[in-house]
Amino acid sequence: MTAVTAPSAVPVGTIRSRSTRQVSWSRRAPLLPALVFVVVVTQVPFVVTIWYSLNSWNLVRPGSRQFVGLANYVHVATDVQFRTALVNTVVLTAGTVIISMVIGVALAVLLDRKFLGRSVVRTLLITPFLVMPVAAALLWKTAMFDPTFGIVDYVLGPLVGHVVWLSRFPLASVMVEMIWQWTPFMMLLVLAGLQSMPTDVVEAAGVDGARPFAIFRELTLPHLRRYIELGVVLGAIYVVNEFDSIYMMTQGGPGVSSTNLPYYIYERAFLGFDVGQSAAMGVVVLAGTILVATIALRLIFTSFTGREEAA
Amino acid sequence: MSDRTLSRRSFLGGAAAAVALAACGKASASRASPVTLRVAIVSNSQMDDAISLSPVFEHQHPGIRLKFVNLPENEARAKITADVATQGGEFDVVMISNYETPLWAKNGWIVDLQPYIDRTPGYDAADFVPRIRSSLSYNGHLYSVPFYGESSFVMYRKDLFDRAGVVMPTHPTWLDVVRLAKRFHDPRSGHYGIVLRGDPGWGENLAPIDTVINAFGGRWYNMRWEAQLTTPQVKSAVGTYIETVRAYGEPGASADGFTECGTLYSQGDAAMWYDATSATSVIEDPASSKVVGKNGYAWAPTQTGKPSGWLYTWSLSMPTTCSHRQQAWEFMAWMTSKSYIELVGHRLGWSHVPPGSRLSSYRIPQYRELSRRYGPLTLQSIQAADPKHPTVRPVPYTGVQFLDIPEFQDLGQLVSEQFSAAIAGQTSVEAALAQSQEYAQTVGATYRHR
Amino acid sequence: MAATDTLAAPPRAATRPTPAIRRRRRPGIGNVVWGVVAWLVGILFFFPVLWMVLSSFKTEAAAYTNVPQFVFSPTLAEYRHVFSSGVGSYFLNSAIATVVSVVAVLLLGTPAAFALSLRPIKKTSDALFFFLSTKMLPIVAAIIPLFVAAEAVHMLDNVWTLVILYTAMNLPIAVWMMRSFLLEVPSELLEAAEMDGARLWRSLREVILPVVSPGLAATALICAIFAWNEFFFAVNITAARAATVPVFLVGFISSQGLYWAQLAAAATIATLPVVLAGWVAQRQLVRGLSFGAIK
Repeated sequence: MTAVTAPSAVPVGTIRSRSTRQVSWSRRAPLLPALVFVVVVTQVPFVVTIWYSLNSWNLVRPGSRQFVGLANYVHVATDVQFRTALVNTVVLTAGTVIISMVIGVALAVLLDRKFLGRSVVRTLLITPFLVMPVAAALLWKTAMFDPTFGIVDYVLGPLVGHVVWLSRFPLASVMVEMIWQWTPFMMLLVLAGLQSMPTDVVEAAGVDGARPFAIFRELTLPHLRRYIELGVVLGAIYVVNEFDSIYMMTQGGPGVSSTNLPYYIYERAFLGFDVGQSAAMGVVVLAGTILVATIALRLIFTSFTGREEAA
Repeated sequence: MSDRTLSRRSFLGGAAAAVALAACGKASASRASPVTLRVAIVSNSQMDDAISLSPVFEHQHPGIRLKFVNLPENEARAKITADVATQGGEFDVVMISNYETPLWAKNGWIVDLQPYIDRTPGYDAADFVPRIRSSLSYNGHLYSVPFYGESSFVMYRKDLFDRAGVVMPTHPTWLDVVRLAKRFHDPRSGHYGIVLRGDPGWGENLAPIDTVINAFGGRWYNMRWEAQLTTPQVKSAVGTYIETVRAYGEPGASADGFTECGTLYSQGDAAMWYDATSATSVIEDPASSKVVGKNGYAWAPTQTGKPSGWLYTWSLSMPTTCSHRQQAWEFMAWMTSKSYIELVGHRLGWSHVPPGSRLSSYRIPQYRELSRRYGPLTLQSIQAADPKHPTVRPVPYTGVQFLDIPEFQDLGQLVSEQFSAAIAGQTSVEAALAQSQEYAQTVGATYRHR
Repeated sequence: MAATDTLAAPPRAATRPTPAIRRRRRPGIGNVVWGVVAWLVGILFFFPVLWMVLSSFKTEAAAYTNVPQFVFSPTLAEYRHVFSSGVGSYFLNSAIATVVSVVAVLLLGTPAAFALSLRPIKKTSDALFFFLSTKMLPIVAAIIPLFVAAEAVHMLDNVWTLVILYTAMNLPIAVWMMRSFLLEVPSELLEAAEMDGARLWRSLREVILPVVSPGLAATALICAIFAWNEFFFAVNITAARAATVPVFLVGFISSQGLYWAQLAAAATIATLPVVLAGWVAQRQLVRGLSFGAIK
């Protein structure tokens, strides 16, 4: 199973014969329904969003809609709060994904060994991912982080004093809640990777006298690489667009200290009712995300381009 | 193996088909049955009461069924506004306020209710508290009907004050309030001098802060629509509010809205609370409050002598997209009628009566007795609020704790976020006001050119 | 395989490194310590959920105490309150939206993944990247156009609009996951299916699908989780008729008074189906995600 394909220099269809072209069509045809569906449902609103971004339109001022070209984009470029939201998004995404992956790897290693009640512990550990994000956010806001009635204050209060977590450290608090929710996902992926590792090689290395840490670094981690990449990419895509937690826990506050880009766009659209600006922001965010994703995915993550590694 | 796969997929397919059929069946059934009114409301205790009593309405009106959509305030406002502004037609009855009513009436987005009122004998629209009624009118016609109304005042723990031998003036100034808050502030034992709203939202922290601005003689704009948020009066007002809550208020105030303050006060953790007159339904509720009967009430604090309590009402209105207008009116009339108030009082208890909407409520013996400590002050505060002249110096806008312009939802949101950050200590009062001034200037500029 | 030196601290190895031979003779002590640590961690992670469930059985007054109460007299009052708030129609809407969209995702996505897992060419990366890019547009920005579009075709407040949106929302992930799983299928099987041409669908069904069915199940479960838990579209596109369970839950945040106990009850009910599904299917989930395992 080592089919590695270099990108062909010549497009497949031109040189070959017609029957091969038919074959290549029937090869691609199964892709079409999904492709068409996604294009219609996502690209049409996207085009409309671009059109809105070129207009100045306040939803509650009828008759205020007029074409203004790139004025909204200029405003976005000079908007200090947009920059803050951008920084918050980067911090939140990187922090959540990295920390939850690290903990996820640790938990997967923990679960990989047999012990009494292992399946129960695994059940307990995957639960946070299954809890509805809205419910989880409310749970953390009300029962955990509440300054007067919350568990976190009850437990940590004697140690660090009375801290109003959601006001003093809003972004960190949201990050804690998101790490809690995403760690099981990372753990499951890595656990899947661990359990798909051929045990004979590991045992052989053990018999040879290699220390467990070294085995982990030289054998396990490379095998896990695909799974970790999958987790990081999927996690990042979801966390970048995270809305529910911010909305439920801090409403982006105090000020804009925990506002991320999706929440900022929401505020502009649904509290300010400025459709043009929020559309422009959406387009800018999309462009930025695609840019980052292109660089990250094509340069760093091999599993994405379809090249396979030896298992 | 393939059999198992096949049967699993056909099971899924069958289940999906069954569910789909059931859903279609349900949909077609409702077309043949009575009219279903979709009512969008804001989640609060009076509305919860109304929902629990709605079977009474359905029983009296067999051709009408009610389906409520209730959401937290910000989300409800956003949804209702988005729907009405785009003529989405998702709702037959919407709950709005005296902020939206004049604006939406002018846009032609909501139905003129005066003809319906005139055709309904016994409805007695003249019984509505006059200030409330005029705030929901446009060109002399009512465009929404009030469910409950409120102003703002000071609530304080009369028992604690008596024990300390301290008296709260009937018409306190803000300096009085600050002095008293300091007197009773004891954070180590978990008792705060005062609780005040701090969370962002033009209807959250900005409502009380706006009244403080008015109370200190400040204003948002002068008659030339030039923003005034960095004038000494406004600085003094906002500074007093923010310093007071930081020094003598609850921790984490920057995230506290009406709900959180109500919880803290009614659990006995604060000596004073400046907020809506309707807060009495929280702090005097025997089911969840520990301070029932221990409270005293005073006028909203002012520095200039001019009454500074706000004016707000949750009201019901009909978008012009509504296709069941007569039925919608019947429901709205029921919920805002005298008989509804009697119903609530008898069925759920007199502390559940929606306050501040009808004068006759306060003449019902049981309710008058129950509300004797705060009822008269509530009515007086409402009547004293003057949205047409909210400030000492003349202004080009109306509205006491908000500016009745469409841009205010946005502007107020941005400014309230600045204030919230200042309360959290993330920015200074000066910086918050400077930034707010910029926002206000942008909006003011568009009005200057009209 | 030469023995290498250990490096700086690895993630959380709680046991002392023991030579392999001794490990086989004495599994007991190391395992017990390992097990205790694992149990502690498990309980720690689970604790917030446990607390939520406990709170749902309290009265509001008992739920808002400065010192958390573990011992209290339980009551079903809050559950009764939740059930009397008409939770049934919300569950039905969520069920329709979830089940139908997951079926649609599998029907559309599996063939697409199949097409993309055959001899990778440049177009494959492009197509994959395109799918993934549709998830990068913050849906918050597109909501007003979607709202206006739905309103134009009278599909506002309609559960089928949600079905369409959820299918589009989950397709990229499904395609990507299924493709990963299909890549693990021995290439002889794939090529044989492709060569079949006209009998493509049959060989797909009879040969390949059984092999990837753990992957199918894992993908279906993940998509179901995302669809059931989805909040933003639900709250903005639906109103009275098509509202789903997350919207129902949010309606319990009262703007006055105490609400944590009833919210906990509502949250417990709301999250129960997905949590149970995940618990029951977790072995399949892990197996599906670890698709290459030859056990």
